[in-house]
Amino acid sequence: MDRIPILTMGHFLLVTIQVDMHDQLALTLQDDLTNKITSTLAKGVLIDISSLEIVDSFIGRMLGNISSMARVLGAGSVVVGMQPAVAITLVELGLSLTGVYTALDVEKGMQLLRRQIDADFYHLTTDGNFVEI
Amino acid sequence: MALSKINEVIRQRQSLLTEWVKGQLDSGVLRSDLISEVELRRESTAFLEVLSEALDKDPSLSFRQPAYRPVLNFLEELSRSRGKKGFSPSETAIFVFSLKQPLFTALKALHIKDAEGLANAVWEVTEFLDNLGLHTIDTYLVGREEVIRGQQADMLELSTPVVQLWEGIVALPLIGTLDSNRTSIVMETLLQVIVQTRSEIAIIDITGVPTVDTQVAQHLLKTVAAARLMGADCIISGIRPQIAQTMVHLQIDLGNVITKATMAEALKTAMNRSGLVVMRRAVPSSPTGLGTSALS
Repeated sequence: MDRIPILTMGHFLLVTIQVDMHDQLALTLQDDLTNKITSTLAKGVLIDISSLEIVDSFIGRMLGNISSMARVLGAGSVVVGMQPAVAITLVELGLSLTGVYTALDVEKGMQLLRRQIDADFYHLTTDGNFVEI
Repeated sequence: MALSKINEVIRQRQSLLTEWVKGQLDSGVLRSDLISEVELRRESTAFLEVLSEALDKDPSLSFRQPAYRPVLNFLEELSRSRGKKGFSPSETAIFVFSLKQPLFTALKALHIKDAEGLANAVWEVTEFLDNLGLHTIDTYLVGREEVIRGQQADMLELSTPVVQLWEGIVALPLIGTLDSNRTSIVMETLLQVIVQTRSEIAIIDITGVPTVDTQVAQHLLKTVAAARLMGADCIISGIRPQIAQTMVHLQIDLGNVITKATMAEALKTAMNRSGLVVMRRAVPSSPTGLGTSALS
């Protein structure tokens, strides 16, 4: 059965969606991702959808759900690289995914993710450096 | 029988024409500032010629017959040219309707002591001329709409420039009202540029948007939401005092979108967010000594 690979990179999980999503695939991804967050105790999830060209309301909601699930499990999340056409479609569908963090590309997404979790897992020392707790 | 008499009347062109032109000039609706008497006379003569030719071919007075096509063509041409000159619809249609009076007068002269014949003839002529008049107005409106559509297309092309203000900061100065059609074009252009320039902040400047009602606000929010989905934040700037008042009165909620009064403020915020600092560098002393003279 088709699966979307989830890569582990340090504290983070990387998900790159490179095929057109269908509903079953999305549900499997939800399962896999929540399991993976729990098993690896990941601090952040980055979902790259730069190759995703077709979305419907289900996929849109799923993106929102995944973020909420990650948050419930104590991980930050960011969706990166959304195509203009996809963004317009989602807005027209009335899904503006409030509460989901977004970034233009993987690089900026990683920065955002780091900033997000910095607040939780690092604390600022007096000389201005971050140290892991 | 009535039909042949109308032909007769039309054929006595000279007297009819004089009456008609006089009637048009006296009607009070004619724009003497837009059209000269000479031109009016020329148009009227030409129309009577075309009409009389059509009547020769087909005396039925049913304007949908192919024989009357030249008459309609003539009127279409006329209403188009008058529309361009700035005539109003009624000022254009009066050209046809003002023909009624001289025609009726002439018919009356031909039907002395024949009330029924006169009534019939008048009815036929009225119906015919009304149809021609309506056709003229229709064409006039079609012409107008063409102009409007053309202008709309021009406006759409002109009005969606996205400019890069700084590395990572783009601005979209909006000019004109935002309807759904324009919003989608604006949105597409903005999102394309965001991808191309990898900009994280977009400033939407609405100084040139005349009014912001719930509809326009909705469209703005849509654009902001789409940009946010791509990972770019929007700042709305150029909110004039009156617009701020209207927005509050209409209870328009722009949510958590940052809004600023001027583009400069928005740019400052954007630079601040991107970690940029603008500094005034030390002014080098002026070689003429003018810069320091105030101090000494």
